[in-house]
Amino acid sequence: MSRNLILGAFLSSLVVLAALISFVWTPYDYAALDIPNKLQPPNVQHWFGTDHFGRDIFSMIMVGARTSIAVALVAVGIGMVLGVPLGLTAAARKGSWLDEVIMRGNDLVFAFPSLVIAILITAVFGAGAINAIIAIGIFNIPVFARITRGAALSLWEREFILAARVSGKGAARISAEHILPNVANLLIVQGTIQFSLGILAEAGLSYVGLGAQPPTPSWGRMLADAQTMVSFAPHLALIPGLAIIVTVLGLNLLGDGLRDWLDPRIRVARA
Amino acid sequence: MTKFMFRTIASTLAVGASLLATQALARSDITIAMQLEPPHLDPTSAAAQAIDSVVYTNIFEGLTRFMGDGSVVPGLAESWEISEDGTVYTFKLRDGVTFHDGTTMDAEDVKFSLDRATAEDSANAQKALFAGIDSVEAVDPLTVKITLAEPNGNFLFNLAWGDAVVVAPESVENIKTNPVGTGAYTFGNWVQGDSITLIRNPDYWGDQPALETATFKFISDPTAAFAAMMAEDVDVFDNFPAPENLSQFEADPRFQVLVGSTEGETILSTNNKQPPFDDILVRQALAHAIDRQAIIDGAMFGYGTPIGTHFAPHNPAYVDLTGQSVYDPEKAKALLAEAGFENGFETTLHLPPPSYARRGGEITAAQLAEVGITAEIINVEWAQWLESVFKGKEFGLTIVSHTEPMDIGIYARPDYYFQYDSTDFQALMDALNTTTDPEERTRLLGEAQRLISSDYVNGYLFQLAKLGVAKAGVKGLWENAPTAAIDLTQISWSE
Repeated sequence: MSRNLILGAFLSSLVVLAALISFVWTPYDYAALDIPNKLQPPNVQHWFGTDHFGRDIFSMIMVGARTSIAVALVAVGIGMVLGVPLGLTAAARKGSWLDEVIMRGNDLVFAFPSLVIAILITAVFGAGAINAIIAIGIFNIPVFARITRGAALSLWEREFILAARVSGKGAARISAEHILPNVANLLIVQGTIQFSLGILAEAGLSYVGLGAQPPTPSWGRMLADAQTMVSFAPHLALIPGLAIIVTVLGLNLLGDGLRDWLDPRIRVARA
Repeated sequence: MTKFMFRTIASTLAVGASLLATQALARSDITIAMQLEPPHLDPTSAAAQAIDSVVYTNIFEGLTRFMGDGSVVPGLAESWEISEDGTVYTFKLRDGVTFHDGTTMDAEDVKFSLDRATAEDSANAQKALFAGIDSVEAVDPLTVKITLAEPNGNFLFNLAWGDAVVVAPESVENIKTNPVGTGAYTFGNWVQGDSITLIRNPDYWGDQPALETATFKFISDPTAAFAAMMAEDVDVFDNFPAPENLSQFEADPRFQVLVGSTEGETILSTNNKQPPFDDILVRQALAHAIDRQAIIDGAMFGYGTPIGTHFAPHNPAYVDLTGQSVYDPEKAKALLAEAGFENGFETTLHLPPPSYARRGGEITAAQLAEVGITAEIINVEWAQWLESVFKGKEFGLTIVSHTEPMDIGIYARPDYYFQYDSTDFQALMDALNTTTDPEERTRLLGEAQRLISSDYVNGYLFQLAKLGVAKAGVKGLWENAPTAAIDLTQISWSE
């Protein structure tokens, strides 16, 4: 295992752990206001200090991790659940009208600036975590559809698929039994990368006020709230900023590490 | 040829010398930033405060006008006489006043302006100001006689509003884009989305002001406002949007901070027709669930005065009723239980963009949660707020600052967005409108304040502070804001 993989797994699990622990314990109630003790720098009582309402930033970061992970996870899930079957179908019916419709549809979604669609969705249905999930999820569909189709196409040329066809299996069954397991590695790696992009997108949406609504803490909104106070309370912006960096860096390293680890060619070359 | 050259050189030198002289004296231009851009420049057909900030007393003047301390003084009217029964006002106009297009301002223009405001199809945002006017008569070019249906002790005050300025029939058609008034400044240029420039009017009837040009620049984002001020890109910020940054300006010798009062009663506006808020017990519970001081400290960094009713604390008629709704969450819970909401209830809290609303709303929601009320925060833009809350009345709670001066009369309008319908209050307002005796008026105003306070119509939070930031050398800025205005005629640079 590479150093990337270990460091990535360590950073990512740190964040996931913080999110999980926040369900049962946070140092303070993340929503409890304590206005007389606002804007404290990091200290013994408040490890990350307090924000402009005197809320404990450490607790908010923990619960914010939960928000980020939940949004990104569900969004990537939507992308996978819808994108992968689309990609498999397109590959199985390569060159047909169905392939064309699916792939051009994907191109269409891919061509849209994601933030504009997100703003559109929230303008119609209102801002909130659910709509942020839908917006980010929609943009994950073509990513997974494309990568699945690309990998599946080369698999369809392989002898073992030919053998399966000869034995009388239909395209749907071959896709499920033979193609899918062989693209799974790729999907896991891509999923990790998309997960980190999802966290960034969620932070971006809540930064402009379209993500999770108060009082649910979210890293992006913590950054937005901190904007005018950076000059006298820099920790307000630095801490959620660092949380985003650590998470995204961790997931990217994990994704890279997983790719190196799972890719058979590289594995053979190493051995 | 030689003669021509000599003349050119001489005039160039003269211009150069005069330029040097001005520079040595003091700057004659200023850049003033404001948060919102006016939608257009006609103060007589819209409620937008930004219009008045640019044009009031600068471009347009009325018969009377507000001063920075809130007093009402003669404007285009030099003097006036009020009949014994208080129904006939005879105004003597100033002689020699011209509009910026050169036409003369006379009694016909005043009649035109007031008739336009009171007309059936009038677009005036404050029609109530003129409601009592029975007829306007131009007796002679410099005398206007206004007859009221019944005495109105507020009439001179009403005429001072930006909505009551005098416009000319010759130029009113393009007033929204090319305003022509009688003021000390003429309209120069409007770069949409950026700035409006005004230029000194050499033919002004009054004293020539110190500034030759003034630029109003629109900066809506609080972070950009802070950066623009710190970089000295703007000289003045009329009402600085981020109270958290004021201490930094105070500590910096380059700047001065002017903290004053506004007419903005910031309230937790409650939809009195929507259950459960139609129950006075629930509204009373709301009032006791809210800790005003925490909101002032948390949202406004301490700037603001607690209020217990819809009235400005700096007004002599103000009654301090904050004691009627002290922060007492236990009492609030008991009241909710009495009203049948032991387990609280769910409602919505619509928050427009200013930080007093967004931050104040987060604090309010947290405080309401303490007594079991779940208020779902819905952040909205102003356009959306006007549409769904103000016009559509689709809301439970909202936080907003009512910035019109002396606007307690809105409680007498049952169709107003918070939908308070009390015949007692309406009778009080009718009595007030027909009373001219100052002592009796104060008594009635006190009674009106007590009535809405004990009916717990809305949650009364605090009087918005005016937070002005300016370069140290700017003099003559209004510290308080009796009305939305940036009176350029008073502003100058110290040498």
